[in-house]
Amino acid sequence: MREVYLDYSATTPAKEEVVREMIPYYTKLYGNPSSLYGPGLEAKEGLTKARQQLADLIGADPKEIIFTSCGTEADNWVLEGIADQLKKKGNHIITTSIEHHAILHTCMYLQKYHGMEVTYLDVDEEGFVSPEALEAAITDKTILISIMMVNNEIGTVEPIKELAAVAKKHGILFHTDAVQALGNLPIDVKDLGVDLLSMSAHKIYGPKGIGALYKRKGVNMPSFVHGGAQENRKRAGTENTAGIVGFGKAAELARVNLDDHIAHSRELRQYLWDQIRDKIDHVRLNGPADFDKRHPANLNVSFSYIEGESILLLLDAAGVSVSTGSACSSGSLDISHVLSSIKVPMEVINGTVRFTVGDFTSKEDIDYAVEALVKVVDTLRRVSPVTGKEGW
Amino acid sequence: MALYNDKVMDHFLNPHNVGEIEEPSGKGIYGSPVCGDMMMVTIDVDDNDVITDAKFKTYGCGSAIASSSMATDMIIGMTVEEALTVSNKKIVEELGGLPAIKIHCSVLAEHAIKNAIWNYAEKNGKHYAGLEGYNPTEDSEEDDHHDIPEEE
Repeated sequence: MREVYLDYSATTPAKEEVVREMIPYYTKLYGNPSSLYGPGLEAKEGLTKARQQLADLIGADPKEIIFTSCGTEADNWVLEGIADQLKKKGNHIITTSIEHHAILHTCMYLQKYHGMEVTYLDVDEEGFVSPEALEAAITDKTILISIMMVNNEIGTVEPIKELAAVAKKHGILFHTDAVQALGNLPIDVKDLGVDLLSMSAHKIYGPKGIGALYKRKGVNMPSFVHGGAQENRKRAGTENTAGIVGFGKAAELARVNLDDHIAHSRELRQYLWDQIRDKIDHVRLNGPADFDKRHPANLNVSFSYIEGESILLLLDAAGVSVSTGSACSSGSLDISHVLSSIKVPMEVINGTVRFTVGDFTSKEDIDYAVEALVKVVDTLRRVSPVTGKEGW
Repeated sequence: MALYNDKVMDHFLNPHNVGEIEEPSGKGIYGSPVCGDMMMVTIDVDDNDVITDAKFKTYGCGSAIASSSMATDMIIGMTVEEALTVSNKKIVEELGGLPAIKIHCSVLAEHAIKNAIWNYAEKNGKHYAGLEGYNPTEDSEEDDHHDIPEEE
């Protein structure tokens, strides 16, 4: 059976070139980068190179890159670190209602245990945050603004440059979770004017278990992980040398291939959407209608009268991997907070599927997936008592 | 490695008794797409009070569809009184278990079947011990969907 993976926003396979660079750091170059003898220094060289590779991808200085265990750690660290660092200045954070849970759950933690006040900005029906709404939410207690660069479910590309300019005008630090954006659109931290930016390797064909934070020179906050002088005393713990080297290589490949990657993703995403619209009735696109304003590989579609988890399972049985915003998707019974924020009706949210294409997706894969999808939707609609005449 | 066991997957991938009986003895609907699942059951009952046929249509996740298939299998051949004892627990047992977070999906089938029998009883002026105190309209917005343990 053919296997078609269409969930590149969940994670990506590590590229062969990436893994090839990593392996020696497990076997031959196993030294602890903190050791002062040969093998330690060799390992440290790997870190230095990777830091440069990642800095080059986002237009940063290597000194501004701090490796973490994942993107979630970077997000947690920024929110908790700035809340601590600037507690004398204020206790107010502004974020949005459509952030990843790495941001939302950390904000709720800070509210519950650290007396922080958090404003969750609403977004419009395509998921965009307005700079005017941001400015209106700022108070004299605001110490941090955190707004994602690209939404993970509906692919909305936020106007980060404009939003960061609002923060700068008021002298407030600006953080962006760029986990979905990295490697999928050009990022220049200086041009964007952001102070802090979170990244993850496994979304850009790198390994899992490694992330990074861009922290602009001059921005201070306490360590999040204590116990050593690693990462220029900012993040303790023996470095994940192989992971960091893999992240570096993945960043280099992402930089070199950026234009091709974007063009390939957009072409296949458009083809997928055209096929779906052409072959299946009663579908609805969620997120920006202007494809130039969304993640190049993201497509989020609701199929009326049927439920997302059953779509996912039947597609899985046909070898096609996707994700769903349905309440009944495994692990939790919460409907997608992103889709409810953009005011998609409940019964429509329950029939929502996210497709993300990637570098290893071919046109034949899309043809296969669409053929499977047509059958799945037809099967489930025949089993469903809902026909659209009931008012749902 | 799968989300559901083989029996559940078999009932989901190849559900039995899908459809709608024309001019059924009783018809029941439970849930709505807004809640995340909905089931319609139609039954035929003979003069001896035996359920001779049952068909369903379900909007919902894999376990909702599998539960619907299993539950209709179970009630065919039962008397109406017997069918009223088919609880969601029994449906889950017959399916060989569901993930804890999905147990509530089997409640859908229990209620929809009860509603179909209620409809049959109403139309035919019949009374069943298993329907005492049961109100099909009252239950439809019940919190079945939210009685799972909190995460974390």
